[in-house]
Order: sequence, then structure tokens, then C-alpha cells
Amino acid sequence: MVNVNDILETIKMIQEENLDIRTITMGISLLDCIDSDIDKACENVYNKITHCAKDLVKVGEDIEKEYGIPIINKRISVTPIAIVSAACKGASPVKFALTMEKAAIACGVNLIGGYSALVQKGFSAGDLELIESIPEALSVTSRVCSSVNVGSTKTGINLDACKIMGKVVKQCAEKTKDQNCFGAAKLVVFCNAPEDNPFMAGAFHGVGEPDCIINVGVSGPGVVRAAVAKCPDADITEIADVIKKIAFKITRVGQLVGTEASKRLGVPFGIVDLSLAPTPAVGDSVAYILEEIGLEQCGTHGTTATLALLNDAVKKGGVMASSKIGGLSGAFIPVSEDAGMIEAARSGAISIEKLEAMTAVCSVGLDMIVVPGDITEDTIAAIIADEAAIGMVNFKTTAVRVIPAIGSKIGDELEFGGLFGSGPVMKINYKSPSKFINRGGQIPAPLQSLKN
Amino acid sequence: MRAVITVIGKDSVGILAKVSTICAQHNANVIDVTQTVMQDLFAMIMLTDISGLNSDFTKLVDKMNELGKTLGLEIHVMHEDIFNSMHNI
Repeated sequence: MVNVNDILETIKMIQEENLDIRTITMGISLLDCIDSDIDKACENVYNKITHCAKDLVKVGEDIEKEYGIPIINKRISVTPIAIVSAACKGASPVKFALTMEKAAIACGVNLIGGYSALVQKGFSAGDLELIESIPEALSVTSRVCSSVNVGSTKTGINLDACKIMGKVVKQCAEKTKDQNCFGAAKLVVFCNAPEDNPFMAGAFHGVGEPDCIINVGVSGPGVVRAAVAKCPDADITEIADVIKKIAFKITRVGQLVGTEASKRLGVPFGIVDLSLAPTPAVGDSVAYILEEIGLEQCGTHGTTATLALLNDAVKKGGVMASSKIGGLSGAFIPVSEDAGMIEAARSGAISIEKLEAMTAVCSVGLDMIVVPGDITEDTIAAIIADEAAIGMVNFKTTAVRVIPAIGSKIGDELEFGGLFGSGPVMKINYKSPSKFINRGGQIPAPLQSLKN
Repeated sequence: MRAVITVIGKDSVGILAKVSTICAQHNANVIDVTQTVMQDLFAMIMLTDISGLNSDFTKLVDKMNELGKTLGLEIHVMHEDIFNSMHNI
């Protein structure tokens, strides 16, 4: 028999504390679409995506209604396009971006990820062409997301790729400066990129994945904050336990939605990504959880420790709740998408240096950070290299998604709207890293890579 | 298969009747009802068997949402699986 308290708790979590399924992402392999004729390949890509994902949005909406749980995004990720486009010599890969956009519109999804290249150990045919085309691809499409993996623990960091990505990020911002430099918000540079990540803009469908699969990302920072708020006098061990229990419940919802979606779509179920991903809505913020644990404002001393505790407790609670955990799993700390982080950035409580330290203990990395428009390409490349180094040494995924605010200066704000939120332009270090970046080459893999 | 219907809002005559009428129209059998009125706040939880529904479950949800809007009440219809999976190991 269903318990009355459980019913009320569930409804409260959904209604007042913003518990939601952040995303159902269908991963689709495009390996069978490869053709040396780019028009034929694009036709194959369009047909495959629209065939596999034709019912995705409908099924998502049905599940949302039946279980009364909001499912915010229905999305698609595909095989990194650099692999698909490698066979089409001499043709611009932007055609693939336009095809992805068309397919996304036909399926009714708001974002499609996979305009990607994996270059952690070097560039293969097609990789460079694709990377160079990213600024154009992101400016002529609105739903296509792009990512590039420039390093891993096993291979080290491709410094040449870091340098190129510094240039590409800046160009993305410049090409979309009339849309608040939004192009750069759809581009992520990874180290140790997971192949089953359901979260944009970094989602792509790895080559080791099945032909078609459903991945689910859950989220509920508000629920965690409310649970912590109920224990004002608890010691920190008890707080960790409270977070663990609530993370379990959140993840169970993801497991239920994932299995149900997979059953109805006739597609295997991949993973639940048990993340706490914030939105700009007040009450849906990871920063507020840290403040609830006891910081005056996120970014002050103690932030890294509380975040480490939060991230670990979320993983521990979630791992028993689902049969398949994967993706990034943990707390996300994007600046522009989190009300508490936006406030902390505005008041100067948080700096890029502190954010970098925090990324050593949580998911993803420097995410949705607005930097001054006069930032040099080499400085962006160095930010990418720093963040990749944290990921490489610590055997974890890190990423950089910075948005150079062309024409704006420190203290100005960029407004992206919707889930992307808004963010103040943050201070950066203007001393030049150019000599280091321009050396190029490969940063060797660390000792941790020699596990075989 | 069962569904939980919850109704919260200002009390008035006939809420229970209207909700159960919609259940009957869709052939959802009411198994259990708990209801309290705290001052003038009406709160009800109803457990229904939906295995014999004569329409899609989502149609029933839509109808209840419509009723909630016209009466100014918060009505939620949720499949019981969500409670079972969240609160039971």
C-alpha cells in the first residue's frame, strides 16, 4: 500500500522543490551512414535520426503526464561527426551540422549534440577540418551542439588542440555577437569525455555504445537543499547521510523514467546520470545547497570541502538506486545557469581561480563562465589546458565552456535566456601564457595512466 | 495498476463527487479515499485501480487537470509506480 506521507513528500518535491528529470537523451550511432559522397551521407544521417527518434518527444510527454514528473528536455546525441565526415574528403562538414539541425526540428528536440571530434592523442583525417568549421556550424544552426576532447588520463593533453580550441571558442563568440555570443555556449572542450553523457552541450554518442540507446539525466538541487535545511543542528556526517538518502530517491525516479522510456521506444536503456544540475530558477541551485550547509556565500573558504562532500554523497546515494550509473554523475557548477552562482559572481565572492579549484572535486568543470571580450586566444587555450590537466591527473572528466563577451567588459552581464540563464563578465588574469601554449605538442600522460 | 489522485485546495460542495464521477466515466475503480478538511482547506488522496480504463491514462489526467482548473484546485494524477520506486527498495 502506498504511504500517505510518501505521496505528500513526492508531490512536495516536484511542486515546491523543482525535482525533475532534466533530460532524456537518445544516443544514435551514425557509423552506418558513412559515405564518400557528402550529400548521400547527409541523407543517410537525416533518415537514421528521424527514424530512430520519431517517437522520442511523444513518449517523453506521455511519461511526464502519467507519472506527474516534469521532463525538461528531450534531446539527441550522435556519433562524433568527425568520424562520419572523415570519408567525405574536400567537402565542408558544415553540411552535416545543417542536416543535424533539420533532423532535430523534424523530431521536435531542442538540442542535438555530436558535432564533435576526439583528438586527445592527435588529429586523424577530418578532425582538423571539423574543428575549424565549428564556428561556422554553430552560427548557422541554433540547435546543434559541439564538443572536442583534447586530453585524457591515458593519452595526456594535446596542446596543439588546446591552442586551436582557444581560437575556435573566440571565433564562435565573435560570429554570434549579435546573439550575446551564444555560439560559445554550445561548445564544450573536454578532457576524459564520457561516451554516455546525456547533458548538452557535451553530449555525443561514443563509438563503444550500441546502435541506439536511451540515457537519462536526473536533477533536483532544490530537493537536496530542502532536505539539508531540515537539519540545522546536524553534524557534517549526518548531513552527508541526509544527502545520500535524498539522492537515492531522486535517482530512483530517473531509473523508472529511463526503463519506461526504453520499453516504450523499443530501445535499450543506457545509464542514469545522477547529477545535480541547476537551472536559473531560484530554488534550483547547487550554490544554495552549499550555502545551506553553512557558507555565507558560495565561493568563500570552505566551498571546495562542502562541494566535495556533496558530490560524493550524491554518488553514494545514487549508485544503489539504479542498475546502470554513468555519464558524469555529480554536482554541476555552471555559473550562468545557477541563481546562487550568478549572485556570487556578481558580488565578487567567487573567482575563476576558486571555480577551478572546485572543479577538482565535482563534475564537469569551468562551465558557462562569461569572460571579457578582449581575452586572448592563448589565454582561453591556457584555461583549457589547466582544466584538462586537473581532469588528466585526477582520472576524471573536466570541461571548459567559457563565453567571451565580445564588446563587453568586467561587470557587464550577458543574458542568454531560458535554461542558459545570464552571467556577469568575470575577471581573468591578463598575464600572457602565449609562450607555453605556442610550444605545441603533447603533454605526456601522467604516471596514473600506467595501470595495465 | 493503480493511480494516486491528490486534491488540495479551498473546500466547496461536491469536490469528491466531481472527481469520482470522472473516475467512473473512465472506468477507474476507486479503492480507497482519505480526506480531511483543515479549517477551510480541502485535502484528499484517492487510490484508484486503472487496469480497466476505457481510454488512455493520459486522457484521464487531462480531464482531472481541466477539473482542477475550473474548480481552482490542485489535482494531481500520478501512476503509483513513481511512489513505489522512490520510497521502496
